Amino acid sequence: MSGNNYQLVCGLEIHSELKTKSKMFCACKNDPFAAGKPNIHTCPVCLGMPGGLPLANKKAIEWTIKIGLALNCQINLFSKFDRKNYFYPDLPKGYQISQHDIPFCHDGFLDTSQGRVRIQRIHLEEDTAKLIHQNNYTLIDFNRSGVPLVEIVTETDIKNAQQAKEYAQKLRQILRYLDVADCDMEKGGMRLEANISLKKKTDPDGFLPNYKVECKNINSFRFMEMAINYEMERQAKLLDQGQTPKQETRGFSAESGKTFSQRAKEEAEDYRYFPDPDLPPIEFEPAEIAQIKQELVELPDQYAARLSEEHQLSLDLAQRLVKNKKRAEFFEQLLILAKREKIESKKIINTLLNKKIDYHLSDDPKNTIEEYKKLNELEEMSPEIITELIKELLQENQDVVEKYQSGKTEVLAFLIGQSMKKIAKKVDVNLVKKVLLDQLNN
Amino acid sequence: MTFNQLTIKEALDALTSGSLKIEKLYQDLDLSIQDKNKLYNIYLNFNTDAKKEAKLLENTQLKGLPIAVKDNFCSKNLPTTASSKILENFIPQYESTVTKRLQKAGGVIVGKTNLDAWAHGSSTETSDFGPTLNPRNPDHLPGGSSGGSAAAVAADLCLAAIASETAGSIRQPAAWCGTVGLKPSYGRVSRFGVIAMASSMDTPGVISKTVEDACLVLNSFAGPDSRDATCYQNPAPDFSKFLDQDIKGLKIGLIYHDLEGLEEVNEKLAQELAVLSQLGAKVEKVQALDPHHAIAVYTVVQRAEVSSNLARFDGVRYGKDRAFFGDEAKRRIMLGTFILSKGYAEQYYNLAQKVRTLYLNDFAQLFKKYDVLVSPSSPGFAKKLDASAGSPMFGELEDILLEASSISGLPGISVPYYRDPQSNLFLGANFVAAMWREDLAIKVADAFEKNTKWNTWRNR
Repeated sequence: MSGNNYQLVCGLEIHSELKTKSKMFCACKNDPFAAGKPNIHTCPVCLGMPGGLPLANKKAIEWTIKIGLALNCQINLFSKFDRKNYFYPDLPKGYQISQHDIPFCHDGFLDTSQGRVRIQRIHLEEDTAKLIHQNNYTLIDFNRSGVPLVEIVTETDIKNAQQAKEYAQKLRQILRYLDVADCDMEKGGMRLEANISLKKKTDPDGFLPNYKVECKNINSFRFMEMAINYEMERQAKLLDQGQTPKQETRGFSAESGKTFSQRAKEEAEDYRYFPDPDLPPIEFEPAEIAQIKQELVELPDQYAARLSEEHQLSLDLAQRLVKNKKRAEFFEQLLILAKREKIESKKIINTLLNKKIDYHLSDDPKNTIEEYKKLNELEEMSPEIITELIKELLQENQDVVEKYQSGKTEVLAFLIGQSMKKIAKKVDVNLVKKVLLDQLNN
Repeated sequence: MTFNQLTIKEALDALTSGSLKIEKLYQDLDLSIQDKNKLYNIYLNFNTDAKKEAKLLENTQLKGLPIAVKDNFCSKNLPTTASSKILENFIPQYESTVTKRLQKAGGVIVGKTNLDAWAHGSSTETSDFGPTLNPRNPDHLPGGSSGGSAAAVAADLCLAAIASETAGSIRQPAAWCGTVGLKPSYGRVSRFGVIAMASSMDTPGVISKTVEDACLVLNSFAGPDSRDATCYQNPAPDFSKFLDQDIKGLKIGLIYHDLEGLEEVNEKLAQELAVLSQLGAKVEKVQALDPHHAIAVYTVVQRAEVSSNLARFDGVRYGKDRAFFGDEAKRRIMLGTFILSKGYAEQYYNLAQKVRTLYLNDFAQLFKKYDVLVSPSSPGFAKKLDASAGSPMFGELEDILLEASSISGLPGISVPYYRDPQSNLFLGANFVAAMWREDLAIKVADAFEKNTKWNTWRNR
């Protein structure tokens, strides 16, 4: 059997730090990347010292629900925090406060160009401290300990690496639109994890293979794409040889472009979850959820659809304008002004996208419109001079003229271009075309 | 008589009238401590600035009076060990809410008292720093886990003591040492800065010489705290206004009156409770849910929470690794880990929580008919030294009469109701009220104390 007899079975688990002012369970500043010095944003709570008690950050809970609503999720009106017990030097309490069986959000979806990706759950937890490995010792920076962290888990709906990348990029775009996360991949503000296995193409829908490979801590979309593609190849080879790939956690090396085994995971880990007795359950009224929903900003897909409709742009073109919120707002302002000035929307957008005008999202769109108008202003030149110059041109290019006259009319475009060059001034191209045709048809 | 033998109320009155100078009180206290502390092994560490601090607190509520603090309350710049070797060198850089408020109200920490290591036990024998002896009779145990605090009060090595209870750790040692032990409702007092044992039950409280003193001390720190999410939002009342109240018409249910092996203590209690009837309360026997199941519930829930709460002492910090855990802590960690394991959580942890609800419901029914429930605090007198050795369920059996109300979060107060003339050992009566109704338990306990002869400070 060869590689293309297999179908990818893949779900993503994406962690994103929320950019609340304070940490998830204490009043410490949530600023792990710009802190400057290690262990300055710490207190007995996020250091896990005896007697420290967690207090849940309301903003972080509200933002998690906001993310859930943006991703079409159901919201649990009753929810709670649980303790996930395991030992690791970056986890000072010996347990992570997370959510086990009642996450804030569940059963949502995000549409990609290759179909719908269902979202199983979104829960809120605390980030761990950061380990800095030196030659023969390890340092711990607790600035990150207790930073609010959402985990967004999909169903196994991802069909290929390209779709995984698109999903993750769209998710980041939405989180940024909601203004709840910076999603700085390089610093670890957003972390990607792909669960990858293969089934036979003949296996029915919803069939799950009896093994799963987790690729963890991938810090770029491109690397995730590469990791999935690499795994598909590696696993197909093993399956062809009649083997089942090992259930394990694998990392991805950017240097080799390959995944590598990190940890065998033959049995499911036992985290001994139980409700955190330090945190009372959280209950919402339906009206509170409705309020959060009402405050949701326009999301990129909706934004693009509206721009496309209001300004007669193709949906593809409109999509390119809404990559981020600042950009979308700049272009919308610009389009509104253009409409007023009777400038064709598609034309000005193409001019900008083709970088014929230098623009910045921080510019006043009014100035951009002025520049566009200047660019398109025609220079004065009498039709007589134009006719003279064209005549000259045609004499210099007798061979082309002959081609045209023998029926190869497609050379006209070449002649228009040459004429504009010879004229060397911004004149009305329609006038040039008219004179040229007159001369050619004479 | 020396001034350290005064109650809080007496000392406050004497300081106010000028008949007592705070320095004199501390002089007497120092002498007593020198005399008895080594013998009974009560304080693990002292606050060497106590006298100095006290002098500056004349115009405060507690006027600089010396208070003992159980060594599982974090105190800034004072060693806090929970009586475990693991924390032998731990000096917190933060203050528990209880001790912070106590100090703000003018209480002075004399020192930190011995307890069962991590508060695991009812004897104070599991302390890594040696057992505390019962000052009423040093051949016997003080009870626990707040044995050091109860002994400090009984030996007059403080005027009152801060303690904590998960199930019995205030009231059982208070009973064994012939003192008063007040455990408020769960959530009435902030747990911030208290080294967690079983978080869903841990409750800070007071061990004192009189019910009145317990109220005066509790007043200094009860009430909402934004640093503890499980803390009750409503402000705490002035507990001293429930003293000297008429108890006419109050209904008091005598529970656990027919438990096997408790005939002697129950008989004595029934005799003593006659005084409440004379004061106009209605005392009658009533059936409560068998407390034996509460032992199971408590054991399962507490071990589970302990195994998680002690996980932070993983050897990375605090300078001592897990080998320094004593046998009792190891037993509890292992049992708790097992209880929460996949496949067992349903059988043990989840089932225990369901049974816990049955107790809550049973108490809810009982409190529809009764204002206060009463039973002995402990099945008997203080046990002899070494009694807990080789008996992993020692504490649970000693606390059988307290665990049902503890897993239900209810407030209770233990006051002496008998002294054995031969052994000089005491029995305590536990008055329990509905959630947030400390007022009712205090009213009855105060009336009982003032109208019986068993309180050694009121009957000098």
